[in-house]
Amino acid sequence: MKKSVFLGTLSAAALFAGIAGAGTLEDVKARGVLNCGVNVGLTGFGAPDANGNYQGFDVSLCKALAAAVLGDATKVKYAPTTGETRFTALASGEVDVLIRNSTWTFSRDVDLKFDFVAVNYYDGQGFMVKKDLGVSSAKELDGATVCIQTGTTTELNLADFFKANNMSYTPVNVGDDTEAQRQYLAGACDAYTTDASGLAASRATMPDADNHIILPEIISKEPLGPLVRHGDNVWGDVVRWTYFALVAAEEYGVTSANIEEMASTTTNPEIKRLLGTEGDLGAMLGLDKEWGKRAIAASGNYGEIFEANIGSATPIKLARGLNALWTQGGLQYAPPFR
Amino acid sequence: MTEFTPFVRTDMLEQREPPAGQRGIILWARENLFSGPMNTALSLIGLVVILWLASHMVPWLLHGVWNANSLTECREIITATWGPDATGACWAMVRERWHQYVFGFYPMDLYWRPTLAFVLMLVAIAPILYQSLPRQMMWFTALYPFVCYWLLWGGTIWAPVVVLMGFGLFALVFRLLVSGLGVPVSAGLGLVAAAAWWLLVQTPLSAAIHSVLPVGLRSVDSDQFGGFLLSIVIGVTAIAASLPMGILLALGRKSDMMLVRTLSVGFIEFIRGVPLITLLFTASLLLQYFLPPETNFDIILRVIILVTLFAAAYIAEVIRGGLAALPRGQYEAADALGLDYWQAQRLIIMPQALKISIPGIVSSFIGLFKDTTLVAFVGLQDPLKGITAVVRADINWKGIYWEPYIFAGVIFFLICFGMSRYSMWLERKLKTDHR
Amino acid sequence: MAFVQDTPKDSFRLGMLIYDTRYRSITIQVIVLVLFLAFLSWLVNNTIENLAAKDRTFDFGFLWSRAGYDINQTLIPYTNDSTHMRAAMVGLLNTLLSAFVGCIIATFLGVFIGVLRLSKNWLVSRLMTVYVEVFRNVPVLLWILLASTVLSETTPAPSDFRVTEAMQAAGEQPKAHMLFNGSVAITNRSMNLPAPLVEHGLPRLEFLGLSLNSNVLAFLIVFGASIYANHLLRSNARRVQEQTGRRPVTWWKSLAILLIPSAALLFALGFHLDYPVMTKFNFRGGMELLHSFTALTLALALYTAAFIAEIVRAGIMAISRGQHEAAAALGLRPGRTMSLVILPQALRVIIPPLISQYLNLTKNTSLAIAVSYMDLRGTLGGITLNQTGKELECMLLMMAIYLTISLLISSLMNLFNRAVKLKER
Repeated sequence: MKKSVFLGTLSAAALFAGIAGAGTLEDVKARGVLNCGVNVGLTGFGAPDANGNYQGFDVSLCKALAAAVLGDATKVKYAPTTGETRFTALASGEVDVLIRNSTWTFSRDVDLKFDFVAVNYYDGQGFMVKKDLGVSSAKELDGATVCIQTGTTTELNLADFFKANNMSYTPVNVGDDTEAQRQYLAGACDAYTTDASGLAASRATMPDADNHIILPEIISKEPLGPLVRHGDNVWGDVVRWTYFALVAAEEYGVTSANIEEMASTTTNPEIKRLLGTEGDLGAMLGLDKEWGKRAIAASGNYGEIFEANIGSATPIKLARGLNALWTQGGLQYAPPFR
Repeated sequence: MTEFTPFVRTDMLEQREPPAGQRGIILWARENLFSGPMNTALSLIGLVVILWLASHMVPWLLHGVWNANSLTECREIITATWGPDATGACWAMVRERWHQYVFGFYPMDLYWRPTLAFVLMLVAIAPILYQSLPRQMMWFTALYPFVCYWLLWGGTIWAPVVVLMGFGLFALVFRLLVSGLGVPVSAGLGLVAAAAWWLLVQTPLSAAIHSVLPVGLRSVDSDQFGGFLLSIVIGVTAIAASLPMGILLALGRKSDMMLVRTLSVGFIEFIRGVPLITLLFTASLLLQYFLPPETNFDIILRVIILVTLFAAAYIAEVIRGGLAALPRGQYEAADALGLDYWQAQRLIIMPQALKISIPGIVSSFIGLFKDTTLVAFVGLQDPLKGITAVVRADINWKGIYWEPYIFAGVIFFLICFGMSRYSMWLERKLKTDHR
Repeated sequence: MAFVQDTPKDSFRLGMLIYDTRYRSITIQVIVLVLFLAFLSWLVNNTIENLAAKDRTFDFGFLWSRAGYDINQTLIPYTNDSTHMRAAMVGLLNTLLSAFVGCIIATFLGVFIGVLRLSKNWLVSRLMTVYVEVFRNVPVLLWILLASTVLSETTPAPSDFRVTEAMQAAGEQPKAHMLFNGSVAITNRSMNLPAPLVEHGLPRLEFLGLSLNSNVLAFLIVFGASIYANHLLRSNARRVQEQTGRRPVTWWKSLAILLIPSAALLFALGFHLDYPVMTKFNFRGGMELLHSFTALTLALALYTAAFIAEIVRAGIMAISRGQHEAAAALGLRPGRTMSLVILPQALRVIIPPLISQYLNLTKNTSLAIAVSYMDLRGTLGGITLNQTGKELECMLLMMAIYLTISLLISSLMNLFNRAVKLKER
């Protein structure tokens, strides 16, 4: 009998404790912890290891953000979100920022009232099939059974692609990546479709990776990026410019290894402003001077994060492609820091 | 004429053995297995089923491997030992990951805390389950929720202590006013006082005492709970919390007051009419709409609240059954003694009705405990699907299907079967008491 | 609870609202009403504020916009150009189909097991006890996951059925064969059965916005009429039997009445079976039963059957021994004793708890989420919710639909219960 009232109090206490202040930035600072919405398990992008520690490309951005805002890259609480719960988690304030391979679309930006602040990975939807199926193009998939991860834009793209090519298919809508992979490996579907990066990540963890191929067709544009709640521009700026700091750092050759040296020896005024040795860009963001330096030091610049988590040295072996810097023919481009 | 030689047997013949077909195991088999064509056929079908199951499962179980680091290694060992076509279970996964099935991501060096809480829980529920134990143990049962909360979540000890003081305040106000104002009014006022205490005094007071006398455990976030720890926390909290609610709802449903009755019936039928999973999605998706803007609390707490409401509706129906089983004479006798409504409920009706309902409550609990696996669908790490998904996401154990299900299934079976046996024992015991 | 009421006092005082039992209940009800309304308005107010804060609206307009996604099992015509409303209907029908089939299987299986559990055959009764205990004491989710794993892991892939030219040249056989002379194929995705088709069918009927298959309708009408005619024939035979003591032979007339009109209709429509054929990836043609459906329905049926078996057993045990002995004295065989004497009486005890098992099964179909079966939660509460972001509307609508189904089932079953109840004077 006492327990129910007790829990009632707990919830009441939590209610009152949870009433937020003015903006997310102040909340995060006051709380001392960044709540970051991440993937429940996509190798390379965001997945817990055996001890429950999160690792990955998206997770590194969380760490950089925590380092920039709180001065400590470990002050992050990772909230695992599924395709279905992620937007609710952000909208309800359960997480401060969602960095979880979410595609920037018109309706999410405008209708669901979120702000996509940047694109940290340019992706597109692809197909993976078993080699012995003898298929070399997605156009040959007429009549196939296709596994789709639900809660994404993928099922709509898929319907459109098959319709445009006048083909039929049987969809199998699966809740999460692990289960979709299980079904695909068990042969419950001929092809598995999701973002090409996700396919590469899945393929990398398969015991017989060589028996699976990713078809050349990319049937959609999937700009994936961090998003925040609409209308909280101060916080949106913090997330956006933390990300740009990582991109700019790669452009200027600032790495986690040489950052201290760069900070003291560089003469490039742009790098000086980035690292906080000149000017005070941090104050304009509501942070201190060295926010950019800490963000880069947390897990390196954009290129380092890419290589460490999903690059050619990892089992996932993704090429930079569209995600190379603009100077190398890619689309990653940071506006000037001034 | 012939002479009759009288013959009188002086010693009895030894009793002869029944014929071979009429004794021992053959007789038993004939009576129990082959008493007619129908029964023979059934027995043969049964035998075939058993043999088929055994031929498939026994080698697989016997070939089980306990020492390996990955599924591939397991398979290699099985092939090496039992030949290329042999199949076998890979229990090495259980050996390596059992702690996640039991504790989820709870910090490993703190495993003693949930274990201790579990042992104390057994102590706390013992006096409820076995009437022969000393009644003083009930005091520990009443204190247990606070101890358990402190052990599991950690933090300062003063928080639960100050919450407990709130209950003290409630009891004090209730005692002082009950003679003058009656049960509902004084309970309401007591609740208001206690709520004021919890909302206004609770946080500053516990913080103040803590700064003077810091006694505490390392705090553990609830997102680290998982496995059977999570199932038991949700199940036990929900069933304990739903009991008082269920009693009130059952009384409400039998009440003379039209409005109270309608509301109770509406609530019970609504909760019983929708699947638990929609209530869980409500906890994860909709609660944010129904609570004041910008409020936010733990998904586990939200799930517990919704599961409690769910359990309360079912418990209410069980207790209603218990109330209905009481002879009318009991109510009339209470009236005749001049007891008022609450006195009659407390002293005469409820003790009997609850006793009758205990088997029903236990089976509701079994159902609820099994249903805690559904929390996997809102992203919590239940032992069946959540932890199994985590294990399977590991490249070493990718492709392991049967072992995790069997492992979790067997534990569920042992717990639920044990409880159902208890409830049957109790049913038998109570039956003799009543007839 | 009736309380002895005080004799009326002379005049009304304010204190009587609390102290006088006659007024106290009114006072309490008023307080409860006020609290309830306050709670309700608090919820509504919060919702409005939250919606305003998120700049969202509360409307169901999205239900009439294009869904854009495909569903793998559709009982009514549906394409990705259909509306979200249509998708929800498809999901609802899938839910109902699974629940309906599941209830039927569970009932048969449950009665069977419940009766066998009381069998004198030691082996069989033990086996059934093991079945009941194992299925009852493990979460249904496990059975669903297990059923789906068994179906997908122990069956061949569709490609195993394929015969390539190289294989033909080498005289090799494919790894897997179709069953029943090439009419049924069980793959690791689905069961492919022959489908009934008509060659020159009647046009579809448009009725109140619903599109009805008039072939099925015509068949049902003809078959229903045959059954009615057969009923007339039999009641006539019974009358003759009561008057003369001799029952006229009717079985060949019954057979003719039941079969000939339906067969004639089927022949006129050009009825034939459409067999599944292996194409590049999957079997096409015929009727496809997805494993997600089979796994969910079967697991729910097996699980619920264990509970129904217990209910049936308790029902049979509630019938007094005298009934068994009386039936035996009349010379009835055990099977007829069960079907003519025991079960009809046990039914009265069995039906109320059986209703709640049906309800549980129906609600448990929402676990379709575990095997990716596209039920109501998968369409309306899954993809539609994700694509439109209308959590509040979708979830409320879904709850309302489940609630309606539950209330409908329990009221229908209660009507049935009333019909079979012992009529006491």
